[in-house]
Amino acid sequence: MVDFTLWDILRNLLLAARWTIVLSLIAFIGGGVMGLVLLVLRLGRNRFADMVIGGYVQLFQGTPLLMQLFLLYFGIALFGVDTSPWVAACMALTLYTSAYLTEIWRGCVEAVPRGQWEASASLALSFGQQLSHIILPQALKIAVPPTVGFLVQVIKGTALASVIGFVELTKAGGMIANATYEPLLVYGFVALIYFAICFPISLVAGSLERKLHVGQR
Amino acid sequence: MRIALDFWPVLVQWPLLLEGAAWTLGLTAIATLLGSGIGIACAWARAKGPRPLRWAAGVYVELIRNTPFIVQLFFIFFGLPAAGIKLTPLTASILAMTINLGAYATEIIRAGIVATPRGQIEAGESLALSRVQIFFHVVLPPALKRVWPALVSQIIIVMLGSAVCGQISMEELSHAANLIQSRNFRAFEAYILATLVYLGLAVLVRRLLNWVGPRFVFGGRGGA
Amino acid sequence: MSASADPSGTDPSGADPSAANPVLVSPHTEVGAPIVRITALRKSFGTNEVLKGIDLDVMRGEVVAVIGKSGSGKSTLLRCINGLEVFQEGSLSVDGKPLLHDSALAMRELRQRVGMIFQSFNLFPHLSVGRNVMLAPRLVKKRRADENEARARQLLARVGLAEKFDAMPDQLSGGQQQRVAIARALAMDPAVMLCDEITSALDPELVGEVLRVVESLAEDGMTLLMVTHEMGFARKVADRIIFMDRGRVHESGPPDKIFGHPETPELKQFLSSLHD
Repeated sequence: MVDFTLWDILRNLLLAARWTIVLSLIAFIGGGVMGLVLLVLRLGRNRFADMVIGGYVQLFQGTPLLMQLFLLYFGIALFGVDTSPWVAACMALTLYTSAYLTEIWRGCVEAVPRGQWEASASLALSFGQQLSHIILPQALKIAVPPTVGFLVQVIKGTALASVIGFVELTKAGGMIANATYEPLLVYGFVALIYFAICFPISLVAGSLERKLHVGQR
Repeated sequence: MRIALDFWPVLVQWPLLLEGAAWTLGLTAIATLLGSGIGIACAWARAKGPRPLRWAAGVYVELIRNTPFIVQLFFIFFGLPAAGIKLTPLTASILAMTINLGAYATEIIRAGIVATPRGQIEAGESLALSRVQIFFHVVLPPALKRVWPALVSQIIIVMLGSAVCGQISMEELSHAANLIQSRNFRAFEAYILATLVYLGLAVLVRRLLNWVGPRFVFGGRGGA
Repeated sequence: MSASADPSGTDPSGADPSAANPVLVSPHTEVGAPIVRITALRKSFGTNEVLKGIDLDVMRGEVVAVIGKSGSGKSTLLRCINGLEVFQEGSLSVDGKPLLHDSALAMRELRQRVGMIFQSFNLFPHLSVGRNVMLAPRLVKKRRADENEARARQLLARVGLAEKFDAMPDQLSGGQQQRVAIARALAMDPAVMLCDEITSALDPELVGEVLRVVESLAEDGMTLLMVTHEMGFARKVADRIIFMDRGRVHESGPPDKIFGHPETPELKQFLSSLHD
């Protein structure tokens, strides 16, 4: 029976927290790129694309992230590919993030007054030009606070990767809790580490949003 | 390479899925009732309560909103017994979902309360209503109406999040899927079907709450 | 303060309150005693003193109109009377009950005697018209449900909105909403009604219907204290006009004197500015 000091527990949890952060960044960046592509496709006023992407968003927002993880984990295996929890977790979280971000951003684009589209169209700008020069710069300003806020959701979402065996903070917490027989302490630490990562981001998102509202008035 | 999907072995286990879905709905219903109550109480505390209460409610909200639900659940189910509090999977699930929803509901309802026009409260005051009467009869119903869509969305998020409760062997929908796949090794098919049931439940709950809200929660001609 | 002080020579209205419409419950005060008594009232917002010593008695059945420029303190004075604003010095009593800010119970007692109509109506948007009227009598006066409803219907008929009992506020015009607000205040059987620029938020074509209701209340003997910009209405309905300027009661008297023979240059200037 190995004796764990408090420092051993904390150090191991912090080491595992690196993987929480790495997975979050992959999902956030991958989901952001994919979400942007989906957004542009959706703004192209193609009814079919709009419907398909709308369905995609509904699907990911209307089902549990845990199920999405399971489906990718077991779904990739159906192709005869040997899946690792890594690949499944990255893919599931990326898809999940893209669905949420594309919907958040669509709301921001819609918040840009119609007159801006009409004014830029009447200046003979192409669709791409309207989007990149007129609409997106304005939408970007209001998109920043909710996007930063959603990063917190992604970080918390990575905790579910533990269920398919990805060793990040939560999974490491479970393993250490079993080894030390100190579940209260270990899970308390796990929660505090998540809090230490997420709370500052929440604060930033909140202050950005307040600044934005002050700016609008 | 061929992918052979066979849903039949899963479909014949439909009573398990149905039972799981019922548990998921039941957990959600209880968490919604209790969590909304906590949300209203804490929203009052944050918006109008005395300073220590305001602060305590703020700490609760931020702690819950900045940690994953699965960690909250594990802390309650695996951690609390070390402190002498032993809970069944059912009570742990209800507790975790209630505490989680309560924190989000607090922020949502508070936003609705803060948006109350000053004149509404003055009208209540000049009609000699007490502070408590003003809160429950003048401030709260329109506040709930203002934030109802956000509250409904949050309830659905909590319902979908409850899939994690299967991990502490709560026999809800995801647990049923897990049980089925362990019997027939049709994991992908089992999870596909369970996921579709979740999707259906999400649509159903949204419709139901959008119907219930105006009639029973903040209705005009109904309860005051 | 002493409630037995002499009512400082104010002239009670000549209207006979005993002829009151049965819809209005007769006031509880003894004849001759002022319903609202304000003595040396001072009120500041921070360092800005907006009421600089106000003395005012309002007699039972009297209709008093307060006029003056915006910022003269007239709305603040009205809001002090039912405790929506806290004043720093002086005393105020309604129907013999002193206003004590620190006592929630005393405040609720007093507010049952004072009805208030707001510029912005402030109907409760989630309650039907009938429920708006019945809410306070049910919660505060514990009035029986059937009695409460009968009275609400009677009062809505009184303001010409009998058929709107089940309508929601957002289905009504501004003028109709304001008349509901009047019925809602009447349902508490107030001894005095305060009207705070109650037609200022209305489209011009809706002003008349509200003023007609107020006028009929005056005819029925209701004590009214109103801040108004409708000079024609004030002249026609009021027994006494109070002209406020920079936080003081600058000039007061019967309408004919105030409008016909203003004494001070401030009042003359105010009245002539209305015609610009």
